[in-house]
Amino acid sequence: MNRDVVIIGCGIVGAAVAYELSRYNLDVEVIEKENDVAMGTTKANSAILHAGYDPAPGTLMAKLNVEGLELAKELCGRLNISFRECASMVIAFTKEEAAELEKLREQGIQNGVPGMCILSGEEARLMEPNLSKQALAALLAKSSAIVNPWEYALSLAENAVANGVKMRFESDVSGIDRVENGYEIHTTSGIVRTRYVINAAGLNAEKIHSYVASPSFRTLPDRGEYYLLDKSEGRRVNHVIFQCPTKVGKGTLVAPTIHGNLIVGPNNETPRDAFDTATTAQGLDHVAQMAKKSIPSLNLRESIRNFAGVRAATDFDDFIIREVDGAPGFIDAAGIKSPGLTAAPAIAKMVVRLLEECGLEVVQKEKWITIPRPMRFSEMDSAEKRSAWAKNSSYGRVICRCETVTEGEILNALGSYIPPRSVDGVKRRCGAGMGRCQGGFCSPRALDILAKYWRVAPEEISQDRTDMYILTGETKAEVKRECTT
Amino acid sequence: MKEIICIVCPNGCHLITDGADRIEGYKCERGLDYAKAEMTNPTRVLTSTIRVVGGIHRRCSVKTDRPISKVLLMEAMERVNSLEVAAPVECGHVLIKNIMGTEANLVTTREVAGI
Amino acid sequence: MYDLIVIGGGPAGLAAAQAAYEEGLRKILVVERDGELGGILNQCIHNGFGLHYFKEELTGPEYALRFIRMVEKTRIEFKTDTMVLDVQPDCTVSMISKEEGYQVCEARSIVLAMGCRERARGAIVLPGARLAGIFTAGTAQRYVNIEGHMVGHRVVILGSGDIGLIMARRMTLEGAKVLACVEIMPYSGGLTRNIVQCLHDNDIPLYLSHTIVDIKGKNRVEQVTVAKVDDFKKPVTGTEFTIDCDTLLLSVGLIPENELTRKAGIPVDERTRGAYVFDNMETLTPGIFACGNVLHVHDLVDYVTLEGQRAGRAAAVYVKGDQKTENLRMMTLKAGKEVTYTVPQYIRVSGSADESAPVFFRVGRGILKGAVVVQAEDEKIATFNREHMSPGEMERVALPMKLLSRARVAEISVSVEDTSELLK
Repeated sequence: MNRDVVIIGCGIVGAAVAYELSRYNLDVEVIEKENDVAMGTTKANSAILHAGYDPAPGTLMAKLNVEGLELAKELCGRLNISFRECASMVIAFTKEEAAELEKLREQGIQNGVPGMCILSGEEARLMEPNLSKQALAALLAKSSAIVNPWEYALSLAENAVANGVKMRFESDVSGIDRVENGYEIHTTSGIVRTRYVINAAGLNAEKIHSYVASPSFRTLPDRGEYYLLDKSEGRRVNHVIFQCPTKVGKGTLVAPTIHGNLIVGPNNETPRDAFDTATTAQGLDHVAQMAKKSIPSLNLRESIRNFAGVRAATDFDDFIIREVDGAPGFIDAAGIKSPGLTAAPAIAKMVVRLLEECGLEVVQKEKWITIPRPMRFSEMDSAEKRSAWAKNSSYGRVICRCETVTEGEILNALGSYIPPRSVDGVKRRCGAGMGRCQGGFCSPRALDILAKYWRVAPEEISQDRTDMYILTGETKAEVKRECTT
Repeated sequence: MKEIICIVCPNGCHLITDGADRIEGYKCERGLDYAKAEMTNPTRVLTSTIRVVGGIHRRCSVKTDRPISKVLLMEAMERVNSLEVAAPVECGHVLIKNIMGTEANLVTTREVAGI
Repeated sequence: MYDLIVIGGGPAGLAAAQAAYEEGLRKILVVERDGELGGILNQCIHNGFGLHYFKEELTGPEYALRFIRMVEKTRIEFKTDTMVLDVQPDCTVSMISKEEGYQVCEARSIVLAMGCRERARGAIVLPGARLAGIFTAGTAQRYVNIEGHMVGHRVVILGSGDIGLIMARRMTLEGAKVLACVEIMPYSGGLTRNIVQCLHDNDIPLYLSHTIVDIKGKNRVEQVTVAKVDDFKKPVTGTEFTIDCDTLLLSVGLIPENELTRKAGIPVDERTRGAYVFDNMETLTPGIFACGNVLHVHDLVDYVTLEGQRAGRAAAVYVKGDQKTENLRMMTLKAGKEVTYTVPQYIRVSGSADESAPVFFRVGRGILKGAVVVQAEDEKIATFNREHMSPGEMERVALPMKLLSRARVAEISVSVEDTSELLK
């Protein structure tokens, strides 16, 4: 099989590129080492679409951030992806920080960010009553928005598949050979031949790059830890509340999430390795302290989940999006740290332009379909709930009590272009297990539905990644399973 | 010397015994009786589940209808684990009479309706 | 139009429905989200239930079945596999089921009996890797007891709540090795009986004043790190040790499930995390009552039953229009020294000679010998002596209405004096 383009990695960048390429008459395949979309950095971040005043003017980050935000807004509308332009504030607590706000605003203007203004502490507190009394000033950016990153990446990937893009999950790339007119990619599930390669492997991008060329950048994984708070805290703030950025990042934020929770984080620390998403007591303590500086009344007792994400930062202070030296037709989309989630659709368009420059001919498909995200039961009014049940009675069986997710929605996800394989896969698509009990009630039920659908024993169903088995056998007839790897 | 925590009442007295006749630290006769039983032949009610076929659940809960000797618990579990009943299951159904000669019966403790 | 809709078919809801029926209500509906009645008792297959109420030792399913049998003999209507989506203050309830779809039912009164849920990992900010093999004890209990699945072979339990202790024994009986029970407090959160019969019987070490500071593994839990904690519950560096295991069960507390209550605008006490109630279990929204673990987490199901009956009877009185509240004086009950909360929080003082208001409360620390003091301003109006009070157990006193009616104040307090100190 010879592909035109192979995308390695299906995080938000890989998914956006796949979506963009699915418009054209091309043979495209996505290779993903995990069993689902959005399993790396896309899964664990602040879930914010940034306005674009942070990156230094003239960088790719600055350009693609602002472009990406515009594109994302349109995309989310078209695909029915939850998106809310809730605006952001960067808070200054000292005179020096207040001066920093001016600089950020200047930078924003240069980057083409619309709708910014500087507020006094008083003005900021009028809009954000729980803001600290210590806040001297704030930079308001009206275009900042919040999304659900999983939903976003999944929807892009699903639409790509609906338009003919192939997905190859659970396929780790172990080597890439140069062959005539392209590359031969060795994966744990076989060999794929292609003319062009897009390296969107996130934290693995350096390794993928090294298969075809000598290193040109070094990955410096950077971990950030978060709290997710119950919906009872979801209205603690109305805007994304940042602090003044430091050298290492945008600092600790407090923000509403698209589903009505509150997200608090991150910090910056060096993880043991790029895949070490463990949280630490010190890290979370630090996050709590920093967040309370902005919002002193924050009630962290309402925490329902802690998590950590690893940013795919590199020793290069910008995104790395270019054809690799000495590897024609092999394009890196690497070092996609913040504002990568925001920039993704613009990155995808840039990648397509680079492919064209490399000689790929792109011809628009005559028929290119759009599959909007199905409406959640909890979003429906009573008439819609009635009609959903009338069409399919499984919408009458509530599986997740906290988020009111029905069996119908889960079955619908299982019938989609990228059906969930794991309990967390169901969570990412339907929201089951996102709530305050964190799957205590629904995970046995979701597991049962998954096992029946995939026709496997319940012991075969994983929590998230392949091999994250939940059950170890049966009572009364121990089917011994090795749990450790 | 061995310590026995009395569970007869919420006082939770810590009794000390030399394993023979000497028992100290009890505040009532019931505590003394408990300690004696714990030393000579401690007993427990065994509760577990058995396999069910054709029911709305794949397991049915069971118990011994009186305490059995603690040392027999694991052996009794082997007997329990080998059982399988067909739904519908009634509550209180005797599965094993006089299990392992203990005079206790193994009985179901719930109903399981058939599919 | 129903006379009463009971939300939840566990022990509280069944007792409420039964009591309301006995008081003469006929149009009663019980809505249960599970496929069968009985609630969480069905997965609590161990014995020790009903010692107070039935004066005999039953298993959870047997205790539930007694009430199911009682209500089956009545004309009470049941909807199982039905989830309540919304409760309105005017006693309208919307619900959905596979069988009947989306429905809105109206009633003259409501009893909230939704029970509680377990605190999960995120609520206790437990550090370490995100891995499979971490369960709340109750979820593991469902997997093992109802569904017949094993959840692991080498188990560590964090928290010494009763469900965790019970699961230590269950997992052992099913062939797993339970390696430790780790409790952050200097005392156990469970009943002594469970410490003895679940841990000691199986030689499972209990580490008091210890917690888990790290969880390691690739896909599933492979190791936990345990450390001693100081008086402020902070881990002490240098005291860490590791345990190789594949499963971690959490038994770290229960939280009343009051999302429907909050959505209905019924005021909730942040201490109990249940609704504020009067002595007849009525919430601050007229006609809506609450009982059982949705109101405050109980230690024994027997008291849940009694509370449910009280709520059911009061709902019947309300529906029949016999509730004479207008002329009654309202008294606020305050949690005083050593007391973390009281239920009820309000009492309507009737002059009735033979009535009394049962008051449940918990203490904030273990007290060997104490005096429960009921006080109106500076005057002690009643004293009850108690021994062995502990935060893990509910305390109960009955306040005679006659006594209360003599106190001409709007607020009385319940506090505990530690008399064991005085003895020294």
